[in-house]
Amino acid sequence: MAIMNAITIFGLCAAALVGLGIFGLIVNPQPLRKILAINILGSGVFLMFGVIARRGAAAGLGGDPVPQAMVITGIVVAFSATALAVALLLRLVLVSGAATLEAEAEPSEKDGR
Amino acid sequence: MASVFDVTLVCLILAVGAWSTFARLTFSAIVIFIVYGLLLSLAWVRLAAVDVALTEAAIGSGVTGMLLLNAVARLRSTDAAPTPSRSSVNIAAGVFCTLITASLAGLVLVPPQVPVSLAPSVMESLGQSGLGNPVAGVLFVYRSLDTLLEKVVLVLALIAVWSLAPDGLWGGKPALRPFPQRDSVLIFLARTVPPIGIMVGIYMFWVGADEPGGAFQGGAVLAAMWILVMIAGLAAVPPTSSHALRLALIVGPVVFLAIGILGIFLTGTFLAYPEGYAKPLIIAIEATLTVSIGVTLAMHVVGPPEKEWRS
Amino acid sequence: MTLILDVFTIAAVTVGVFFFVIAALAFLRFPDGLTRLHALTKVDNVGLGLIVFGLLPQAGSVMGALKLICVWLLVQFSGAIVTQLIARSTRREGQEA
Repeated sequence: MAIMNAITIFGLCAAALVGLGIFGLIVNPQPLRKILAINILGSGVFLMFGVIARRGAAAGLGGDPVPQAMVITGIVVAFSATALAVALLLRLVLVSGAATLEAEAEPSEKDGR
Repeated sequence: MASVFDVTLVCLILAVGAWSTFARLTFSAIVIFIVYGLLLSLAWVRLAAVDVALTEAAIGSGVTGMLLLNAVARLRSTDAAPTPSRSSVNIAAGVFCTLITASLAGLVLVPPQVPVSLAPSVMESLGQSGLGNPVAGVLFVYRSLDTLLEKVVLVLALIAVWSLAPDGLWGGKPALRPFPQRDSVLIFLARTVPPIGIMVGIYMFWVGADEPGGAFQGGAVLAAMWILVMIAGLAAVPPTSSHALRLALIVGPVVFLAIGILGIFLTGTFLAYPEGYAKPLIIAIEATLTVSIGVTLAMHVVGPPEKEWRS
Repeated sequence: MTLILDVFTIAAVTVGVFFFVIAALAFLRFPDGLTRLHALTKVDNVGLGLIVFGLLPQAGSVMGALKLICVWLLVQFSGAIVTQLIARSTRREGQEA
């Protein structure tokens, strides 16, 4: 059994992307960057589905169509969530004048940047 | 064995993903994210999931990229230099994420002895639906409730986005900045490409029954064409109170739901298609969904109603 | 016959990829936006053109080959216009600065 076949390589890529997305989500302070990081995290999870689908290749198909269809649904739902998050962020900027998630209690720190 | 191409592709995806995460400017991060999405769709092709590759390129990379670029253009004035997080937080986050990656990698490296697959069950009765594309079969026959609800989510999210407008502007016009008039090349593009693009969109929905493609991908192309025409200033952005717009937004989900309810009376099961009519009904659903998805995606990109944009 | 076509495909795609590599190198090395655009337009035209040309014998059907040519023409067309737009906005920003 070849451990390092092509599907496994993509599986490892998916695992790394999930880690990368979570890291970006925690470390990046700007909300828009956090939204971007969630999208990378999501794409890693989707890719994992793709690997599972490819491993389930049977009945003359290149992959199991059920996880593939779920990923298509997932991409559209992820887009909806992204759009809503971006709209919330733009509204936050409109109301508060700053694209930051810092609590309002520390305005002095914000001015200091 | 993994081919050189696959290994290179995976390295590129990881490098570009990391670059997008750590880029200094948010604008660069988003442009790199679009490239990342396109590379990822190549990976989907390598995983024999062409339908997903098309969706990822069109929605995951294309429409999401436009949405984020639009956002960063508006946020540019507030794009302060990021305060570096404390290094203790960084290290803790790094360890945490490495652990997550390692455990996921472990799961990948130790696959189940017998691969789990629903592919044979899907192929068994795909013939009855008259569809040739198994992914379309799953989306519109076996898991049609998921597909219906996902369309509803898309519209609900748009209603939520619209609700974020200040009270006085409900039903107003989204403030999309048209491109400055003097660049007439864009207008030329917006006059010549849409006829081709609309044809491509309809074609993608039409072949979706038997080959990779479908309502999402076709709808995304239609959305892109509409946005192009609006950005070039050739068509006005409709006010969100427009009845025609609202009808276009819901016609797909409503037809889907109506055919689903029809199934209760004709076959006794919600969302079941009567014998022999599966394919025409699915095409009717997909045709209306393509329109609704296109309009909904475009309205997501142009955003909630706003006061006229001051440049 | 298939052998000749295969050799043709390999040769054309290799030359096309060569153009892509050169353009990527130029994109990284050139100093400003306009010269980088200059590098990229070569790829749209010649690089992609050669790859599409090389893939034509492998398309399997006349319809498939026509689709490939349509892809190339669309990329040419939109590429030319987008290059114009980027170049103009670069120049405008340069004047404002």
